[in-house]
Amino acid sequence: MSVLVYTENENGKFKKPAFETASYARGLADMLGTTVTAVAVNAEGAEELGKYGVDKVLTVNDEKLEKFSAKGYAEVLSQAAEKEGSTFIIVSSSANAKYMAPVLAVKRSAGYAPNVVALPENDDTLTVKRTVFTNKAFNHTAITTENKVIGVSKNAYGITENEKDVQLESFAVTLGDEQFGVEVTEVDKVTGKVTIADAEIVVSGGRGLKGPENWHLVENLAETLGAATACSKPVSDLGWRPHSEHVGQTGKPVASNLYIAIGISGAIQHLAGINSSKVKVVINNDPEAPFFKAADYGVVGDAFEIVPELTEKLKEFKANNA
Amino acid sequence: MKILVCISHVPDTTSKINFTDDNSKFDTNGVQFVINPNDEFGLTRAMWFKEKQGATVTVVNVGEADTEPTLRKALAIGADEAIRVDAKPTDGMFVARQLARVAKEGSYDLIIAGRESIDYNGGMVPGMLATMIDANFVNTCISLEVEGDQATAVREIDGGKETLKASLPLVIGGQKGLVEESDLKIPNMRGIMMARKKQLTVMEPVEAEAATESKKFEKPAPKGEVTLVSPDNLDKLIDLLHNEAKVI
Ligand SMILES: Cc1cc2nc3c(=O)[nH]c(=O)nc-3n(C[C@H](O)[C@H](O)[C@H](O)COP(=O)(O)OP(=O)(O)OC[C@H]3O[C@@H](n4cnc5c(N)ncnc54)[C@H](O)[C@@H]3O)c2cc1C
Ligand SMILES: Nc1ncnc2c1ncn2[C@@H]1O[C@H](COP(=O)(O)O)[C@@H](O)[C@H]1O
Repeated sequence: MSVLVYTENENGKFKKPAFETASYARGLADMLGTTVTAVAVNAEGAEELGKYGVDKVLTVNDEKLEKFSAKGYAEVLSQAAEKEGSTFIIVSSSANAKYMAPVLAVKRSAGYAPNVVALPENDDTLTVKRTVFTNKAFNHTAITTENKVIGVSKNAYGITENEKDVQLESFAVTLGDEQFGVEVTEVDKVTGKVTIADAEIVVSGGRGLKGPENWHLVENLAETLGAATACSKPVSDLGWRPHSEHVGQTGKPVASNLYIAIGISGAIQHLAGINSSKVKVVINNDPEAPFFKAADYGVVGDAFEIVPELTEKLKEFKANNA
Repeated sequence: MKILVCISHVPDTTSKINFTDDNSKFDTNGVQFVINPNDEFGLTRAMWFKEKQGATVTVVNVGEADTEPTLRKALAIGADEAIRVDAKPTDGMFVARQLARVAKEGSYDLIIAGRESIDYNGGMVPGMLATMIDANFVNTCISLEVEGDQATAVREIDGGKETLKASLPLVIGGQKGLVEESDLKIPNMRGIMMARKKQLTVMEPVEAEAATESKKFEKPAPKGEVTLVSPDNLDKLIDLLHNEAKVI
């Protein structure tokens, strides 16, 4: 009854979410006194997962799975869980994992707890702690079914190295056409740009920046830091920035290490979406802006003066610390 | 085309989040409940199908009697009829089972739900429902067109979007983008008057078990004071971020 973990990759390469979910699965397996089996689909270099505590990787290679399919991938994990006798399946909080997990839960008659931030309580309830009310609170949830699917929150458990002598085993799955009723006809993905989902640092602009013509301030700072760019809701509603950059309760959640808010007032709906970022910096000319209550560091002043100067200083800092 | 819009009834985004009964229950004192924002986008899109393609729109909620004002609001926005499954929505699996029964009995072509409810952030009901009724499923849906029995949808993915094709019946988990914010419908007087006459059917729940159980809530630890840095001393900010916070 190995703990099963879905280790995602992008174009064949594992990224942080794969290592974080693997680390979590290792922690859980140690608690339960069992092993970790990862499932890797069309991936390269699966042995790398051994570094994060994976004992065995079921490698699946199937061209039907080239594009993501919630049903198709759920079927793969379901068959893998069957094979390994796994009751626990661990997934990440990526858009794809969140798309697939409920499908998998029904297939396995499993309870599903999303947005989980810690290992289960080490008692017979195995209660998990997860964020609710868009990060304004936590809930301790018991999964009452035998089979369980746990969705691990991004950047909450962290990555821990725990080298194992990993074995790779090729795993053939049987997939019927009924898994592919939804056909992906076009993928439109920004390449060469850090996305909000992956970013360690996010630089975000609000209505205080006055107009889209001033966004070079945000972009230059982001580029200097290797950060993703984001914005508040009105900024995307006004068409200054694409909707995909809108963060907050009704937009994207941000769980980066550093979030820099420029000219954003800090409305409750905005803060809800960025609360799980570890360190928050606010730059705002109004000392009464609510964001100052939520931030770790703040600068009271004019963004049009502060941001270019900060960007220059950071460039220098980066050059000296390279 | 028959459309079912699943509506969850949630605390308004400005609500203070507190708990009672030894942190076991959400404190609804002074809290205003609204149509889940993700469902509001879906409902407005359904209205578009109704106006442009002659669809009929049923809204459904699994909840106790106190959710009826929310369903009435959906009727006032323009839905044709409403169904309330009279049960406490204990968890996603339970709710999905109830909705699966409604969906099957009504043979809907399109079922519009939201990406997630902003209260418990489950993000699971649409995917569970689709799997239970063997329908196609698209989550984080930001655009939807239907021609005959073929749907074209756009899904938001990490770092971009993808276009998908699927035949009906289809379940979507919708969100902002399905319609623009400025197109969201607000009930007018006429709509409110008409809503009073529309059918709101109350159904008994079917036997189903929840798969999870809420044990208790917890509020995040209070935040420390912000450290202010003078705009004349931005080197200090860099120093703090590097040496204290260790994030750059
Ligand atoms: C149902 C609902 C859902 C919502 N969901 C979201 C959501 O998901 N995300 C979200 O962001 N919002 C959301 N909102 C909107 C939210 O309530 C706020 O209106 C919004 O976040 C404000 O955006 P802002 O901070 O950019 O603009 P404003 O509130 O206008 O703030 C601009 C700030 O810029 C500062 N400023 C002005 N000039 C300068 C300058 N020269 N230098 C520095 N600072 C300057 C001002 O002091 C001010 O604090 C939602 C609202 C509702 C009702
Ligand atoms: N009690 C409910 N009644 C009707 N629809 C619901 C209910 N709960 C959730 N939904 C639908 O499922 C979506 C996702 O909810 P959740 O899985 O709870 O985050 C919501 O946006 C609604 O469309």
